[in-house]
Amino acid sequence: MHATELLLKELEFMNDNNRVSKQQEEFVSKMMKTFDIWAIFFMLFFFFFFLYAFNFLPSFSTKGDNTASMELLVEENEDPNRIENGIHVRSGLIVGDGYELVLRHCGGCHSHKLVTQNSADAKGWTETIRWMQETQKLWDLGGNEAPIVAYLAKYYGLKQKNRRAPLKNIDWYEL
Amino acid sequence: MKKNKLSRRNFLSKTAITGLTGLLGTHIVFGEHLPKGYIPVGLINAEDQIPGKSEDLIVLNDKPWNAETPPHLLDPKITPADLFFVRNNGIPPEKVDLDSWTLTIEGESAKTKKVYSIKDLQSKFQVYSYNLVLECGGNGRSEFNPGAKGNQWTLGAVGCCKWTGVRLKDVLQDAGVRNDAVYIGYYGADTHLSGDRSKVVISRGVPIKKAMEEEALIAWKMNDEDIPAMNGFPLRLVFGGWPASTSGKWLNRIVIRNQVHDGPKMQGYSYRVPKYPVAPGTKVPEEDMKIIESMPVKSLITYPKTGAMVKGDRKFQVRGHAWAGDLEVDSVHISIDFGATWLKCNLTNPVNRLAWQHFKITIDLPEKGYYEIWAKATDSNGVSQPMVVPNWNPKGYLNNACHRIAVKRT
Repeated sequence: MHATELLLKELEFMNDNNRVSKQQEEFVSKMMKTFDIWAIFFMLFFFFFFLYAFNFLPSFSTKGDNTASMELLVEENEDPNRIENGIHVRSGLIVGDGYELVLRHCGGCHSHKLVTQNSADAKGWTETIRWMQETQKLWDLGGNEAPIVAYLAKYYGLKQKNRRAPLKNIDWYEL
Repeated sequence: MKKNKLSRRNFLSKTAITGLTGLLGTHIVFGEHLPKGYIPVGLINAEDQIPGKSEDLIVLNDKPWNAETPPHLLDPKITPADLFFVRNNGIPPEKVDLDSWTLTIEGESAKTKKVYSIKDLQSKFQVYSYNLVLECGGNGRSEFNPGAKGNQWTLGAVGCCKWTGVRLKDVLQDAGVRNDAVYIGYYGADTHLSGDRSKVVISRGVPIKKAMEEEALIAWKMNDEDIPAMNGFPLRLVFGGWPASTSGKWLNRIVIRNQVHDGPKMQGYSYRVPKYPVAPGTKVPEEDMKIIESMPVKSLITYPKTGAMVKGDRKFQVRGHAWAGDLEVDSVHISIDFGATWLKCNLTNPVNRLAWQHFKITIDLPEKGYYEIWAKATDSNGVSQPMVVPNWNPKGYLNNACHRIAVKRT
């Protein structure tokens, strides 16, 4: 499905839930513009690329080892929402109640890596959301805030740490 | 966690030029001249690779890009450009036109408003080069307990490159600095993650005294080449020894202020620590926070890489770098017995003020077993690195605890 359609569906979904805010609308329309520009760009790129490949290269050939090519194609055609070992692969988020809300609300501006590398209790995550709302243009999460915070506190909760933890992830090698 | 996408290395182990031919759907003319390890631009997955940077950097965040250097790759005396860490707050400018790029000097305490092209800067002022340490204020954040939010830097948000440009003070004085000047603030061409073009991503700065130092540069070269896109091309500030966030990237405007600069990330809890020591997890009132200035004394073991297994009583070298913010490093010691005893290392002088210094020592391990090598630098004021994580602060800055590597005698 085209990225724009996905976003439109997303917008409808949010409308259905009567929770769409002005910021969200603006954000989605901005994203749609961006996606359209990219789509045109890619179409042009491939058009000229194949023109080049077929017309100007007498030695056009697909001979050789195509194993890698197959593997790459398989990887590219994979479902963007593929889940492996309880992890939503594209974002790295742990699959659990509320992760789809985190995908929707937290990945617009920053990488989900910023979520997965951090840890806090419910109070800490709520403070982070407030800070993003006050300074980074995060929208009002409405009724989604509670499940989002619950998810974050459950799966990315406070970690027990030492003042200095044992060294770990050591790859031993002969010096 | 397993990476789903093909990493560059993984990719290369699975394919060869003939395979690339298949991937591109065409023959690669001059394919035999492709350098080993080079991937045709048409095949690079944007998510895999930070433009202009080594695949060996540890990526903490891909939107915006944030990546650090594994300590053993910081072994060269001057950090190679493709290995120098990346700490972006927003989106770097996509198109940079060198001919039309300008730097404006203005502000309440500027006598005149002046606009310089890059050519003006290069021709009008004397050009200087210095090796300067840049370290992210949050380097080491991952060790704080309770954790502080933000990128969880471990050890490698630091580097020392050769920077070339003009002295900031020469340019400020050319525009004219009023007697009431207190601070300078920078503005750059990066854009906010929210997509709001009017929103300033980050605008920090330094007191006028630091700005007037000889080593404070407006730089256009890093290691004698153009500055990498992710590190501020075409123009940036460089203030060695201070949190690297003071060294504005993609620089296009400097304001001379008659008050402490108040741009985004100057206030609140950003790049600030409590004025007094606090217990871990304390909620510190905003008015009790102070701006971080000089970074604390610190060192890194860059050889051997952690995980070395040494056969018998073989002697081997331990070496690395040490730096101390505005100060010099007086001595570096290492311990192989968890800090019970310390061995003094050979230490070089800095090539210029605010450059890192190099230490080395040759050791062997007394008996079979597991060891940790710890490094501890002491600055010219007699202040040393702590062996445990230093005093907790709300945003997790300034962790200068001893670097530790694991080694075994087999």
